[in-house]
Amino acid sequence: MNKRKITVAATGLNNIDSPGPGIPVIRGLKESETLDIRIVGLSYETLEPGIYMHDLVDKVYQLPLPTAGSAVLKERLRYIAGQEKIDVLIPNFDAELHNFIKIQDDLKNELNIATFLPSQAIFDERQKSELGKFGEKYGVKVPESHMINQVTEIRKLEESLHYPMVIKGRYYDAYIALTYEQASNYFYKIIAKWGYPVIVQEFVTGTEVNVTAIGDGKGTCIGAVAMRKLYITDKGKAWSGISLEDDELLDISKRVIENSKWRGGCELEFIKTKDDEYYLLEMNPRFPAWVYLANGCGQNHPEALVKMALGEEVKPFTNYQSGKMFIRYSYDLIVDISEFQQISTMGER
Amino acid sequence: MKVRKNIAISENGFIFNPLTGDSFSVNETGVFILQKLKEEESEATILQNLMDEYELDAHTAEKDLNDFLSMLQNYQLTTNE
Repeated sequence: MNKRKITVAATGLNNIDSPGPGIPVIRGLKESETLDIRIVGLSYETLEPGIYMHDLVDKVYQLPLPTAGSAVLKERLRYIAGQEKIDVLIPNFDAELHNFIKIQDDLKNELNIATFLPSQAIFDERQKSELGKFGEKYGVKVPESHMINQVTEIRKLEESLHYPMVIKGRYYDAYIALTYEQASNYFYKIIAKWGYPVIVQEFVTGTEVNVTAIGDGKGTCIGAVAMRKLYITDKGKAWSGISLEDDELLDISKRVIENSKWRGGCELEFIKTKDDEYYLLEMNPRFPAWVYLANGCGQNHPEALVKMALGEEVKPFTNYQSGKMFIRYSYDLIVDISEFQQISTMGER
Repeated sequence: MKVRKNIAISENGFIFNPLTGDSFSVNETGVFILQKLKEEESEATILQNLMDEYELDAHTAEKDLNDFLSMLQNYQLTTNE
């Protein structure tokens, strides 16, 4: 069968101990049975391992950091589009999505680069700070959460939340506090790193279960695969996990994707309590770093996303294999300094 | 008591619960009891089979079977339906 040739650009090449989803997404794309995909990697740092993975990433360009804003990003992509015909672009970092969502129409109209992202309104709805409203709107249980700007507010919350409670940053980081002293320490630690507000959340006891999913933006969940982490690193990242057959968890996840008309890939993080209740802790607006497990179970989500971005109709996946495991490993790439020099000085390789 | 649906039990005693992702290893006697449960045998029948197969007295067999069944329940491998 002749595979159609296309070019896909992807970010998230930081395949480190707390990995970005870029390389797993690319592995899925490279294994497409119908598309022959050339990969243009988009990096932020010169030591992102994906830059040097020649078997997966065909060409690499550096991007300006997300803090530079969407106008600078657009200019950089205009340059890249002048060098490469990019058919689809898949951003894989939380922090950059805001910029890409903002310029998604310009990318399509001016540079003919397709993306498959949610609207800003739907993206904002599932922000950590809005989780309570999100849960209510889409009929999914969420832990009680409060946004605070002053450390003294923790005292007031002690009456309803009790210890342990979870202290979270707006975008990243979460700590479990057993006492007021710990909670206030974490409060300051988080504002120093991520700024205000800080989220104080009820601690729900149970087993963490996660779902990687993809929606078509019209109210259909194209695919969903459930996983439980089997080995967790000190940064809380899964180093090993196993696919689950949990119909109720998949029903809840599909309901969230369908009712919110989510467009693109996402990760839903749940706690399953001893009473078999599911609490949604977070909805991450991009594929998780373990998305390659979905491919291993029979659902190639990155490929489905690319096809939908190209305007093709994709039929929802109806099943997948449970009991498939992923086990991460680290691997030393040997790279000549000339290659590092190339990306450092020219911003591309 | 029944083994939950979709629980996979291999001949060498490896058990996988696809609902929770948990896996376990049991010995030959464990596999024997689990197979009987899968065949939907009653507890009384399993007890008798256990006594016959392993030449056990009723007291020891009953104690061991009850211990094992409560462990299976604790790990969500069985249901009382």
